[in-house]
Amino acid sequence: MITDFGRILLFFIIGVIFTAGGLIAAFFLRPDKPYADKISTYECGEEPIGAPWVKFNIRFYVVALIFIVFEVETLFLFPWAVEFKNFGMFAFIEMLIFLGILIVGYAYVWVKGDLDWDKPTPIIPSYQKGVGVISNSSQE
Amino acid sequence: MGLLDKQFENGNIVITNVDNLLNWARLSSLWQMQFGLACCAIEMMAASASHYDMMRFGVIPRATPRQCDLMIVSGTVTLKMASRIKRLFDQMPEPRYVISMGSCSNCGGPYWEHGYHVLKGVDRIIPVDVYVPGCPPRPEALIEGVIKLQEKIRAHSLAKVKA
Repeated sequence: MITDFGRILLFFIIGVIFTAGGLIAAFFLRPDKPYADKISTYECGEEPIGAPWVKFNIRFYVVALIFIVFEVETLFLFPWAVEFKNFGMFAFIEMLIFLGILIVGYAYVWVKGDLDWDKPTPIIPSYQKGVGVISNSSQE
Repeated sequence: MGLLDKQFENGNIVITNVDNLLNWARLSSLWQMQFGLACCAIEMMAASASHYDMMRFGVIPRATPRQCDLMIVSGTVTLKMASRIKRLFDQMPEPRYVISMGSCSNCGGPYWEHGYHVLKGVDRIIPVDVYVPGCPPRPEALIEGVIKLQEKIRAHSLAKVKA
């Protein structure tokens, strides 16, 4: 008989054959007439301007890293919760240790201030009698 | 590779069957560029909406030319828009078809003489397969244009046409 993982393997193989078959057949069949205008970047009919490689702010990487850590944590929590009754106290303490490590990391990130996003500091103009419109920054 | 770019000398039973399959596939999924130019676009939208339901012919609006087979030029092609239309048409992969919808894109329409800003027919920049007359044409007319295009596609063949 096919085991559960065997079924997943079958599913995977059929998926690969299905997509690869379509792509390979299209590679042999499709009309292939590239020219400069056709392979140019689609910009809603406009001529593409500028480089597509845009620099992202470095702060996004910290947030992405933290996100991945906690995503993996949830991934581990699900099978643990499913099999929790079979393992009992041992699994519970094991998971507490695991979560403890992550929480220490979380606290570290929090204390370091990586979770603080730069808030905009707008200069709000105000009115002072006899003086006129002044901005807060000039008052300080 | 581009096996479909090739032309065969004689049409035998294999080629005609492959022709039928390919033509059937092409004519029943004429995905359309989702863009409209003028009042014809309103009729085109009506043709796509539930009452006329152009989607039953496989005409589905797509947001990028890479997925499109059909460009419906629906409305006045101004000179400013003409270069954009040319570029959009160039960015569509083959096989690609064009329906010119309405008098303006057929021949300039009411701007045929004094329209200093209007292209006198979209067929001056891109090859047009089907012209749909009207100002603007009703959705039924556009649907007939689509069916005419489907008939045209059905007649395509990989075999060389005998002169």
